[in-house]
Amino acid sequence: MKHLDEYRDPHLAGKLIDKIKALSHRPVRLMEVCGTHTVSIFRSGIRSLLPPSITLLSGPGCPVCVTATEEIDKFIKLGQQKDTIVATFGDLVRVPGSSSSLQKERADGADIRVVYSTFDALDIARRNPSRTVVFLAVGFETTAPTIAAAVKETKKEGIGNFYIIPAHKIIPPAMEALLAGGELAIDGFICPGHVSVIIGADAYRPVADKYHIPCVVAGFEPVDILQTIYMLLSQIEEGKAIVEIQYRRAVNFTGNEKALALLSEVFETCDAPWRGLGTIPDSGLRLRDNYRALDIETKFDLTVPRTQDHPGCSCGDILRGVKTPLDCVLYRKVCTPSNPYGPCMVSTEGTCAAYYKYHD
Amino acid sequence: MCLAVPMQVLELKENTAVVDMGGTRKAVRLDAIDRPPTVGDYVIVHAGFAIHCIDEEEAKITLQYFEEIFADETSR
Repeated sequence: MKHLDEYRDPHLAGKLIDKIKALSHRPVRLMEVCGTHTVSIFRSGIRSLLPPSITLLSGPGCPVCVTATEEIDKFIKLGQQKDTIVATFGDLVRVPGSSSSLQKERADGADIRVVYSTFDALDIARRNPSRTVVFLAVGFETTAPTIAAAVKETKKEGIGNFYIIPAHKIIPPAMEALLAGGELAIDGFICPGHVSVIIGADAYRPVADKYHIPCVVAGFEPVDILQTIYMLLSQIEEGKAIVEIQYRRAVNFTGNEKALALLSEVFETCDAPWRGLGTIPDSGLRLRDNYRALDIETKFDLTVPRTQDHPGCSCGDILRGVKTPLDCVLYRKVCTPSNPYGPCMVSTEGTCAAYYKYHD
Repeated sequence: MCLAVPMQVLELKENTAVVDMGGTRKAVRLDAIDRPPTVGDYVIVHAGFAIHCIDEEEAKITLQYFEEIFADETSR
């Protein structure tokens, strides 16, 4: 298939690995911050092909995994409201909150429906005018414009029973928070591909400039990722720390103006809780005043008690790149894809799920 | 969740497009696309929305780089 097959050529991958080996003179640690990169790296076996001097770390790039327990608890409380339909992306359904999950609530009678798109959720609202329909707005900058479009449509059409619960996260502040924490040594970032389609590669300049970390925006196929690693190694060898784009067919430096305009019309930034990283300033999105009435928390009190994550679960440390799943006491022993204790094992993009499926 | 895939535009209707990848067809919205696509273009689709038209010129540049790697015997 065009725009896929060209980037899956094993001979080309072999050539790139040779180039990487020739350039790799010292230990380097590169972090990817996109769940789709995590899966692609594991599925293609890239880790096992690289020289041992190169360590690939997975960062907070899976939107479901970084959703805080308190947010999951809010979603669960929402599902318990009378005459309410909760519409959600499928990945969220099995994520454990402090004492339940959306899946368990659904088994107990809550009306929780998995949708592919925000407009599917809007259709549910149109078909059920006597009930309150709430979309769980999780995801990064790739998903947020699609939510913004649905919010605008709701207001334009005067649909009175559709709401969202904003739980979006913005990637660059989380990258900065990781570095500011000081507990993590990273030599380069493999920057997310489709988040960058929207925000543009310039968004990573503060990370590159302030922390002197090379940043390269990567595509998703094996050859894309190998070229990205080569580009990062080249920067490291030359002592550079700039933002480059490997995924040029889809990403530019300034981003998608139309999507960004949609975003800023509907949302403004706010502080947001991240699993494993705590509250990060200006890393979330809330509805602007014009659209605030569509935030379900203006209608229902969804305050939940502060909770602790499962004491044995290392998802937070794994999302910060300071542990791997192999360091977690629950991993594989009791925490498995069919019995997940934490979100990194639930989501197909989670680091624990990727390790479970692909790691020897 | 963030899996966004390149799909080819088959039809255009107002604010939606019918796209195809390997025989899988779906209707996607065009609210957030960077420029209006034409039939035959490849677009990146995410959660029911086309978010970007693949830049064929840039794709060629990347593929040209790969060809250069193949041609570069010193890399073996």
